[in-house]
Amino acid sequence: MTISIRQVEKTYIVGEERVRALRGVDLEIKKNEFVAIMGPSGSGKSTLMNIIGCLDQPTTGSYVLNSRRVDSLDASALAKVRNQEIGFVFQSFELLSRATALKNVALPLMYAPGKWFGASKRAAEALRRVGLADRMDHRPNQLSGGQKQRVAIARALVNSPSILLADEPTGALDSKTSEEIIGLFKELHAQGQTIVVVTHEEDVAANAERIVRLRDGKIYSDFPRRLDPIHGEYLRAMMRQAMELNEPVASDPQTQQEGGA
Amino acid sequence: MRLLITIPQVLVQTLFLALGQLWANRVRALLTTLGIVIGVASTIAIVGGTQGLKAFVLKEFESFGASRFVIFPRNPRETPNRYSPQQIQLKLREARLLERTCPSIARLTPVKSFVAQVQFGDRVEQNVRITGMDEDWHLIEGRTIIAGRPFSRIDEEEQRAVCIVNDKAVEELLLDKEPSSQSILVGGRKFMVVGVVETKTLPTIFGGGEPLSEVYIPFSAANAMKPEPIFGLFIQGTMVSPDAFDDLEAEVRSALRRSRELKPDDPDTFLVRATEQAISSINRVSVGLTIAATCIVTISLIVGGVGIMNIMLASVSERTREIGLRKAVGAPPIVILTQFLVEAVVLCLSGALIGLLVGYGLIAGLRAIPDGPMAGASVPGWAVALSVGFSAFTGIAFGMFPAIKAARLDPIEALRHE
Repeated sequence: MTISIRQVEKTYIVGEERVRALRGVDLEIKKNEFVAIMGPSGSGKSTLMNIIGCLDQPTTGSYVLNSRRVDSLDASALAKVRNQEIGFVFQSFELLSRATALKNVALPLMYAPGKWFGASKRAAEALRRVGLADRMDHRPNQLSGGQKQRVAIARALVNSPSILLADEPTGALDSKTSEEIIGLFKELHAQGQTIVVVTHEEDVAANAERIVRLRDGKIYSDFPRRLDPIHGEYLRAMMRQAMELNEPVASDPQTQQEGGA
Repeated sequence: MRLLITIPQVLVQTLFLALGQLWANRVRALLTTLGIVIGVASTIAIVGGTQGLKAFVLKEFESFGASRFVIFPRNPRETPNRYSPQQIQLKLREARLLERTCPSIARLTPVKSFVAQVQFGDRVEQNVRITGMDEDWHLIEGRTIIAGRPFSRIDEEEQRAVCIVNDKAVEELLLDKEPSSQSILVGGRKFMVVGVVETKTLPTIFGGGEPLSEVYIPFSAANAMKPEPIFGLFIQGTMVSPDAFDDLEAEVRSALRRSRELKPDDPDTFLVRATEQAISSINRVSVGLTIAATCIVTISLIVGGVGIMNIMLASVSERTREIGLRKAVGAPPIVILTQFLVEAVVLCLSGALIGLLVGYGLIAGLRAIPDGPMAGASVPGWAVALSVGFSAFTGIAFGMFPAIKAARLDPIEALRHE
């Protein structure tokens, strides 16, 4: 079991008000799963992602990551866990503009004791994995959006994390580039990487093996894709049936939207 | 354990990172470190200039005898009527005591000085300064014997009626240029002229005046003419080195106070001075200037430090997202703290380096003045170490607050920062 979250609650105090961002979440993610966490803004998905990524700690409840309790560690210990277990991919890439792609990818190794000496080699290897072997000496401003995100993914992979944790990884990319990045995730997943993607885009979630849906700080749906209320084949089949019964009906709500826009 | 490996790793990398960043923002960095540049440059210039001035003045005095001292009797101003003149006056016994007990004294002579009428044939001169001293005086004063011979031990021990006159007296009394068994009357007594000594006056800036006639006789002869206890003496001598004055003063005070049985609260009834005390006053001036330099460096480093803090706070604010990212990928707070401290210290040290260059440039300029008093200006190592050390300390002291601020940033908030 890679991730085991039990009865996690998170309450923020904003001024006088107490905001209950998570209200009792149970979640287990196994090794080599590809999970999408979905939900509208305010659903608590960012909070959940921060807790999974050890950037934040639950108010109550337990979090076991790779058979180690990580729900009540100090800042230094959390940093160590992030360094060794989590590879972050952010919506806006978060690359250091002064540094080359190679230096950016090597950044987590800077904080990994003893890994500095082989850092360049490991970083080059990670860049090769994301298909940027020929862009190592480029700075972020010489790279396209998709290339930047690939550099960020290489950086997330460089320290061989147990989880690749992506927060809206295609949020700043056009649809074609998004597809390429999702393709890369699928490839990495096929190679055995555990991936958690937090997103509000159904297109992205549709590629995951399993879709977790949050609303008001609670998980209301957690199924493999084929059982998911939106992407699941069961529902599709039901919808198709319904469409056939009530002709004529607009084919697919999303296609219609795009045509109208 | 983990930090033991991570911190040196981070130190080396942040060093390059900080240098790169400095180079990228060199105008900003230069302006920021201006306080430190000015502080270090002025310290180097002041300390170097002071050393040059000191060397110059000491050299001037060296020709006059830099390590000379005098001991006078002194009636304490605090208690003018407590001691009789006989109690205060210096005695031959005391001179011998000091000669025996003070290791800072190279040599000394008791000196008995008075004014008397001097006569040669029909030439009479009133109020001529008569000085009785022993043969060590020649080594102490270092005056050239122009003609004839200096005093010897025998003159002193046998209390011979011989005298040495200065060239001015030769002129006034119409004596032979070369001593030729001519005798003069000093206070009614007959003394044979055996030598002629050059006249030496203080440089006019130190109060020297027109040369006057001088007559020198053996101390024993003078002591016979003006015996204790009516007439005291003073002591003239040389120290083992020009800067031994503090030791000398302590030794003389301890010896004389004990011999005079002064109580701990009693004031000294004698006075020790180095050659017109110029050397010690120069030393005082040089200490004063050094203190002034230290104040300047302190003030400008504080001002500079505030500048450093300001720029580091701006840097933390500008790079909040970067800090957030570094934390997200595993930088613990202490490593972030180190990174920003290294940057602040590198900033300060590069300012100090520029300041050193400017300071050395100023000193080189002072030295280049032909025949100027600053030809001997040099920068002592301690001044360089002091200003560089202070600069590094400023970096740590004023970089600490921004660094702590950076280290405490919440990674989630930092990554959300616009």
